[in-house]
Amino acid sequence: MDGILRTWVLVTVIFGSIMTTAAMLIWLERRLLGLLQDRYGPNRVGPLGLLQVGADLVKIFTKEDWVPPFADRTVFVISPAIIVLSTLMSFAIIPFAPGIQVVDLNIGILFFLAMSSLSVYSIAFAGWSSNNKYSLLGGMRASAQMISYEVFMGLSLMGVVMLADSYELSGIVRAQEKMWFFLPQLPGFLVFFMAGIAETRRLPFDLPEAESELVAGYHVEYSGMKFGLFFVGEYIGITLISALTVALFFGGWLGPWLPPVAWFLLKTLFFLCLFILLRASLPRPRYDQLMVLGWKVMLPLALLNLLITGGIILLRSGA
Amino acid sequence: MLSIFRSMWLVFKHLGQKRQTVLYPEERPVLPPRYRGRIVLTRDPDGEERCVACYLCAVACPVDCIALAAGQDTHGRRYPEFFRINFSRCIFCGFCEDACPTWAIQLTGDFEMAEQRRENLVYEKEDLLISGPGKYHEYNFYREAGVTIRGKDKGDARQERPPVDIRGLLP
Repeated sequence: MDGILRTWVLVTVIFGSIMTTAAMLIWLERRLLGLLQDRYGPNRVGPLGLLQVGADLVKIFTKEDWVPPFADRTVFVISPAIIVLSTLMSFAIIPFAPGIQVVDLNIGILFFLAMSSLSVYSIAFAGWSSNNKYSLLGGMRASAQMISYEVFMGLSLMGVVMLADSYELSGIVRAQEKMWFFLPQLPGFLVFFMAGIAETRRLPFDLPEAESELVAGYHVEYSGMKFGLFFVGEYIGITLISALTVALFFGGWLGPWLPPVAWFLLKTLFFLCLFILLRASLPRPRYDQLMVLGWKVMLPLALLNLLITGGIILLRSGA
Repeated sequence: MLSIFRSMWLVFKHLGQKRQTVLYPEERPVLPPRYRGRIVLTRDPDGEERCVACYLCAVACPVDCIALAAGQDTHGRRYPEFFRINFSRCIFCGFCEDACPTWAIQLTGDFEMAEQRRENLVYEKEDLLISGPGKYHEYNFYREAGVTIRGKDKGDARQERPPVDIRGLLP
C-alpha cells in the first residue's frame, strides 16, 4: 500500500513539474533567444516577463480550435495527443535522484527508444491527416528523418550500456561514480545528442517544420490547444533528451555538495540552454545534407564507437 | 565541425553585449529632425492659415488620403473649406510636404497616433491646424507672392518693386 501511494505521489509530482518545465521553457527559450540576439525577449508581463507563460496559456486556450473540413478528423485530433503521451511516458524511467524514479525498468533504455519511435507517428499522422501539401511534406520529412536518426541513436547508447553493463538507468548512473561517461564515450555522446536534436525536431534539424520553406510543416492546419500540444510535446521532448543526456553521459544526480536532485536539475537546465543556444546559432541544413550527415557520418561513427568500446572492454577483461 | 563551435561561441558572447532594444514607453528613441510623423497644417507669422487650397498635396498623395475643398474669403484670399487627412491610409511619405508651395502642410516628429477606432484616425481641419508656423518661422506666402489681398496691394510684396505706370512718360 505504501509503495502504491509513493508511486502515485511520485507520478503526480514528476508530471506536474514536467508540465511546469515545459511551460516555463517557452519563457526561457524566448528570453534566452532574445538575449542571444541582443534583444530583451518578453519582459512586460510580471517580473522579468515570467507571467508571459500565463498570458500565452490564456491566449492559446481561448483561440478558436478549428478542424479543417478536408482533414481526416479522428487522426487529426489524436495525433497531437500521441506526441505528448509518448514523450511523457519516457519520463517514467528517468532517475532524478536515488529512489526518485517512477519505475526502474531493467530495460530502461529500450523503453525510451521504443517511446521515442512512437512519437514519429504523431508527426506522420498529423502531416497525413491535415490533407495539405505542406503538412504532408513535413510529415514525410519527419518520418524519414526520425527513422534514420533513430538507428544510430540506439547504437550510440550501446557503448554506455556496455560500459555500465546494464540497461537500467539507475545502474548506469551508479556506474559513473568514477568517471562520467561522456569522457570515454565522447563520440557516443555527440552522436546521441545530435540524434536527440533530430528526434525532437529542433533547430538546426527542424526540417519537418521549416517555416521558411514549408510554412509550418506538419502543423500548418493546427490551431488552438492542438497546436499548443505539439509545442508542449516538443518542449517535453527537449527536457527528455536533456535529462537522458545527463543521466547517461553526465553522471545523473552525481556531484559534490548539493543534494542529488539539485545536481540533476542543474545539469538538465544546462542542456536545455544548450538546445536554445544551438537554435540561436546554427542554420538549418538542406534535406539531403541532413540525410548524408546521418547515414554517412553519424552511423559509421556510432558503429566505430561501438566497435572500439567493445574491443577495449574485451582487452580489459583479458579474454 | 569547428566552425559550428565557433559560431556557437560567437552567439553565446552576445549574452553580455549591449541590448539594441529601446524600451519604448519608458525610454524614448532619439528621432532625426526630419522624421516624418503626424501631418499638421501651419499658420504664417501673422497667424493666418498658410494653406491656399491648391490641391497639390492631394494630387501628390500616392494613397489618396488627403481631401479638401477650396474656398475664398471676401478679399480673394484662398483657403480650404475643409481639409481632411485619413491617417489610416497615410503612409507618411512626405510627398504632400514636398508638393506644398506655401509650406502649409508639414510632417512632425509625433508618431503616437494609435486609436481604438478606425474612424478616429480621420483628422479634420480643426485637428490638423496648429497655431504656429512649424519648421519655417519667417515664411509668409502672401508677403512673397504678387497676389493682391487684404492689406497688401500690387508691388507691396517683399522683393517686389512698385508696378510700372505704363501710361506715364517718365523713364
